[in-house]
Amino acid sequence: MELLDIDQSMEELRESFKSRKTRSIAWRRSQLKGLQGLLEEKEGDIFRALQEDLGKPCAESYRDEVGTVKKSLNLSLACLEEWTSSKKVRLPMVLFPTSGELVAEPLGVVLIITSWNFPLGLALEPLIGAIAAGNAAVVKPSELSPACSSFLATNIPIYLDNKAIKVIQGGVSVSEQLLDKKWDKIFFTGSARVGRIVMSAASKHLTPVILELGGKCPAIYDTLSSYRDTKVNMLKDRIQRNYGNDPRESNSMSRIVNKHHFQRLRNILKDPKVAASIVHGGSMDEDTLFIEPTILMNPPLDSEIMTEEIFGPILPIITLKKIEDSIEFISSRPQPLAIYAFTKNETLKKRIVSETSSGSITFNDCIIQFVVDALPFGGVGQSGFGKYHGKFSFDAFSHEKAVLRRSFITEFSSGSPPWNDFKLGFLRAAYNFDYIALFLMLLGLKRS
Amino acid sequence: MANKRVDMPLMAFPTTGEIVPEPLGLVLIFSSWNFPVGLALEPLIGAISAGNTSVLKPSELAPASSSLLTILVPFYLDNKAVMVIEGGAPVAQRLLDIRWDKIFFTGSPRIGRIIMSSAVKHLTPVTLELGGKCPAIVDTLTSSKDREVVAKRIIGGKWVPCNGQGCIAIDYLLVEEKFATAMVDLLKSTLKRFYGENPRESNSLSRIVNKQHFMRLKGLLNDPGVAASIAHGGVVDDDKLYIEPTIMVDPPLDAEIMIEEIFGPLLPIITLKKIEDSIGFINSKPKALAVYIFTRDETLKKRVISETSSGSVTVNDAVIQYVCDTLPFGGIGQSGFGRYHGKFSFDTFSHEKAVMRRPFLDFNFRYPPWNNNKLQFLRSVYNLDYFKLFLLFLGLKK
Repeated sequence: MELLDIDQSMEELRESFKSRKTRSIAWRRSQLKGLQGLLEEKEGDIFRALQEDLGKPCAESYRDEVGTVKKSLNLSLACLEEWTSSKKVRLPMVLFPTSGELVAEPLGVVLIITSWNFPLGLALEPLIGAIAAGNAAVVKPSELSPACSSFLATNIPIYLDNKAIKVIQGGVSVSEQLLDKKWDKIFFTGSARVGRIVMSAASKHLTPVILELGGKCPAIYDTLSSYRDTKVNMLKDRIQRNYGNDPRESNSMSRIVNKHHFQRLRNILKDPKVAASIVHGGSMDEDTLFIEPTILMNPPLDSEIMTEEIFGPILPIITLKKIEDSIEFISSRPQPLAIYAFTKNETLKKRIVSETSSGSITFNDCIIQFVVDALPFGGVGQSGFGKYHGKFSFDAFSHEKAVLRRSFITEFSSGSPPWNDFKLGFLRAAYNFDYIALFLMLLGLKRS
Repeated sequence: MANKRVDMPLMAFPTTGEIVPEPLGLVLIFSSWNFPVGLALEPLIGAISAGNTSVLKPSELAPASSSLLTILVPFYLDNKAVMVIEGGAPVAQRLLDIRWDKIFFTGSPRIGRIIMSSAVKHLTPVTLELGGKCPAIVDTLTSSKDREVVAKRIIGGKWVPCNGQGCIAIDYLLVEEKFATAMVDLLKSTLKRFYGENPRESNSLSRIVNKQHFMRLKGLLNDPGVAASIAHGGVVDDDKLYIEPTIMVDPPLDAEIMIEEIFGPLLPIITLKKIEDSIGFINSKPKALAVYIFTRDETLKKRVISETSSGSVTVNDAVIQYVCDTLPFGGIGQSGFGRYHGKFSFDTFSHEKAVMRRPFLDFNFRYPPWNNNKLQFLRSVYNLDYFKLFLLFLGLKK
């Protein structure tokens, strides 16, 4: 996209926001309904685009990107009135008759940068929050998922108000141009490396950012007495049930996104000590960008596979003397976006919650926390900062303005200069909410 | 501090979810020189109640306060968990090289940018409490009682807080042309009540912090257009770093005094044809930490609240929002991001961790190999279509 296009787009977005149309509840509703229409009518195209970019099977696309966004849209439409209404707050009696409230207002024009792995879901989920909060927005899809990027660029203008919501496609140079502009908020999903670039650019304009990064999400697997078989055999069995004897033939598995990532993963397995630890899988096909579901048993802890986020179909299993050692193992590493633990041991669960730190913890399941709107979704430490989903998405793109209304009635001269000891005494009583002392002072019955 | 249960969708029964606040870790608090004790301790309270270890870096421009904190904090607090580190820019630079779990900064936008840039290295979240030109809209009031109250509150919002050197101090006034003279007279007489005939002798006024800021403020008055607009005050004493409470009427809008945050005892009054024009005026400037409006007109109040954007809006008073713990204190746009006070302080230094507990009960439709039937299940789940789900389970629907 030409530099001029971006400037023109920004101009149009600022005008739209300035015209106050994005603030109207009717407008927000119409846009959210527009997204509903898009998901309903273009589902086939969505499945095709995801199949093209990532080889995603329809059920997976529905489960992870379409169904989730539909659910979020339903919630946002149902809750829009409630979220946008102002909230009264209680004030100390000493300020009577004052009233206070919190008024949610949109931030302005926001930028949403998304990643390639859930290219639709991770673009639309934050966009829902931006719209519900009354902002104008630009979505910058990842160029590594070009079919989905194209899909968004074609369809968003059809279903949404394209003077207030735009999709801007492109690679690194387009991202750089966008990051140069002044935004009222930037929402980024991706790697820590690019997250730093985004935050750096944002600091120029003092733009607040949300960084949804990643990390090495561990799963603690307690020895469950009801299982007779070893973990590895159970996993092998399950892989076979899910994907058949030859996963390469399965229709139920996504593909590695591109050659670059395929080579990255292949190189990780090339480390001889890592290769030696393979207990299942390991086969690869560069033409189809296929890597078999692979399990490793105790690869070296200093190998790249155990220091970098894997982001692929390789699963290292690290064994410990006792399961409680997992807490120290996890705590000695950067905080991940999620920690999973499969156990029935309540003491262990409590210890994990209080002695580790992560974006979230899920017991006895994985990933599913993503679909629960009542739970904030976001990281801590190296996995990022800020959160969204459900009302948290609305909050992420809002400013809660404090509004205080005072009356003309009460005006104590004790609150103004010229200062003296009596007035100081008055202020002390006021801050201590010592109403009796205040009353007596006002009556002149107490000096200070 | 207590965990907060959240409602799970019925679909997920019997799952439980809760939000568990946890400390971020090691936090760094930079405070400014105008409220050197308050602006250091207020965020520290949040950091401590959220369970963090903290370093306080007070401003070197308020050396006595900085010294006092350095001596007293280790005496009253656990000095292995809360530390005060004094010093100027080189010390601040050195501190910013370290990995923090949060940085809380109060100060100017210029330094705020440096802080945020430094925080990038370690992806440290920051809260920036900056400033801006906080305007006060003063509607034409007819009742003399109202006028008196307003005059007191304007002075209370301008000169009382550290002689105008405050991030939420009133920076300038917006009034209707016809009210300007009355406004000036009101302020003059109330200033006399508060500070006497010669404010230089008053014990009730803070001082300009140092020569650098004194020279900066004097410079603002040196602009000929500004000097010509002085309606009251203007007396300057280089030795005492004293500038009299000064009021100007309609200084040039492109003079520095109307572009930069004043942070001093100078009060421009900008006149307008009608008071509603104040909204457009405010919107043409960067968003401030606070907007003040003095009026009895309910419509005007509503318009100002919904058509301007700022950290906060206070109607018929100024600065007092600072003491209300149930109101978040923080900016937007150039006045910063993040907030604190009351529980907002606790939240600012916490991570709200989501904890989900699932049963071992499971359903095949969640897993590959995929087929149309499973896709149907997933659709019903997301649509919260319990009836359809029930039928699918019974095998009655294909």
